[in-house]
Amino acid sequence: MESAVVLQDVKKTFDGKDYVLNGINLEIPRGQITSIIGFSGTGKSVLLKHILGLIVPTSGYIEVLGRQLDTMSVPELIKMRTKLGVLFQYAALFDDMTALENVIFPLKEHRSKDSPAEWEKIARGKLSDSGLDAKHFHKLPAELSGGMRKRVGLARALALNPDILLYDEPTTGLDPILTEMVDDLIADTHKQNPGSTSIVVSHDLFAAFRISDYIVMLDKGTVLLAGKPEVFHKSENELVKKFLSKGLKQE
Amino acid sequence: MIQVWKNNRERVNDAIDGFFGSIAKWWVDFFVDCGRASIFFYRSITFLFQPPFRTEELIKHLEFIANKSVIIICMTGMFTGLAMSYQIFLGFQLVNATNLVGPTVGLGISRELGPVLTGLIVAARAGGAMAARLGTMRVSEQIDALEVMGIEPRQYLIAPRILAAFIAMPLLCGIFVFVAMMGSHLLCINLLGLDPAIFWDKISMWLNPGDIYQGLIKAAVFGVTFATVCCNQGFYAKGGAKGVGDATNQGVVNSMVLIIILNFFMTNVIRFVYVTFIWT
Repeated sequence: MESAVVLQDVKKTFDGKDYVLNGINLEIPRGQITSIIGFSGTGKSVLLKHILGLIVPTSGYIEVLGRQLDTMSVPELIKMRTKLGVLFQYAALFDDMTALENVIFPLKEHRSKDSPAEWEKIARGKLSDSGLDAKHFHKLPAELSGGMRKRVGLARALALNPDILLYDEPTTGLDPILTEMVDDLIADTHKQNPGSTSIVVSHDLFAAFRISDYIVMLDKGTVLLAGKPEVFHKSENELVKKFLSKGLKQE
Repeated sequence: MIQVWKNNRERVNDAIDGFFGSIAKWWVDFFVDCGRASIFFYRSITFLFQPPFRTEELIKHLEFIANKSVIIICMTGMFTGLAMSYQIFLGFQLVNATNLVGPTVGLGISRELGPVLTGLIVAARAGGAMAARLGTMRVSEQIDALEVMGIEPRQYLIAPRILAAFIAMPLLCGIFVFVAMMGSHLLCINLLGLDPAIFWDKISMWLNPGDIYQGLIKAAVFGVTFATVCCNQGFYAKGGAKGVGDATNQGVVNSMVLIIILNFFMTNVIRFVYVTFIWT
């Protein structure tokens, strides 16, 4: 199985004493939906930022799409990042731009040879694919609901047709109906972009088991268990059992 | 009894330690911030010379820093000119030297008060807004979003702001000096009855273009200073709304203190350069 992301013995400490990541060994399969789950404070978001190259590991090896991150120059890293799309926890939309302008922005930056009409056409298409009604295209993020913002964030993440889509806690703070909508959106987006890899960092166990092909569970900065959903159901690990029973019961 | 006296002395010592300790801590933090801001300035400014050039952003920030500060600069300039002229008139009246009110006000405004007050006002208005805006962008992950889109945030957000402040500040300082002199004219001629011909003749006699340039150079340096300090605070803000508030507060306070300190040193350096290279 080909890997989109490879991490070998990745360690990270911010204060020199406590390790947020304490020797992560992980291979995220290409072309599938992978969910990274775990209790709060186990280093899920820090791991995501390592994959994005936003945080440099204290030690270890990270490879994204066949390229080792720490050997890349800044221009190479910038180029590589255009192959990654990220939906942030609260969408992280630029608040002085409308929904449409937010999606046009990465196109304007990286496809400067295209005409503004082409940018707009692509952006409108991505917003429609994400399920945002055209009447909201010219609204500012502050005028949109949480679900709409997620849709715009997703459209922006998809604008450059990335090879890897990363979702940072996409359903945190949303009501159950919106949560299901976002989960469906992730699954539909993955189907619409064959060959792309989706990595979802989430607390939402129910969604993880519903939409994921591969699941990684972190604990205390290490990988506790990684595999297909059925591997988790069969696991005899007490912590995995406890996490599953509590998480799935809550859902 | 001795024990009580000892305790009181300890308390006094603690209070002194606390008082001087907090002053020392403030200065240490201030110099650490200045050091960080210098590194931040160097790293950001290099992007001005690398494509893509952010002309659109530069114009946007120029409009925000310069255009939107004009009214407040005119108002403060006018009242500074009025107040300063009146105080100098009262003082010079005692020695029968009211003819020199114009040039004295002109020199004071163009060399010192113009750039310093422009710096302080624009630092509070635009610098505070810069720190708050960047801080909000940081805590709401908008800066991270820029980075993962493959856009260097210092090039997109910081370099155009610093350049805009560098360009806008001398223009605003020029406006401040002009309006303050109009205020001085209004008070001295229309209200205090000084002779307009003598007033302007003395100004043209004592005020050189070099005095005005000195103020404009200072203003440009103050612009770079407040933009760098405030952007640095905002860019590295953390901790939600409180963090943004702290960054804004720290940015504005550090900028103001730096402008006043820098003004003293720049006055001496410019004077030294003037005396060494221009007078000789």
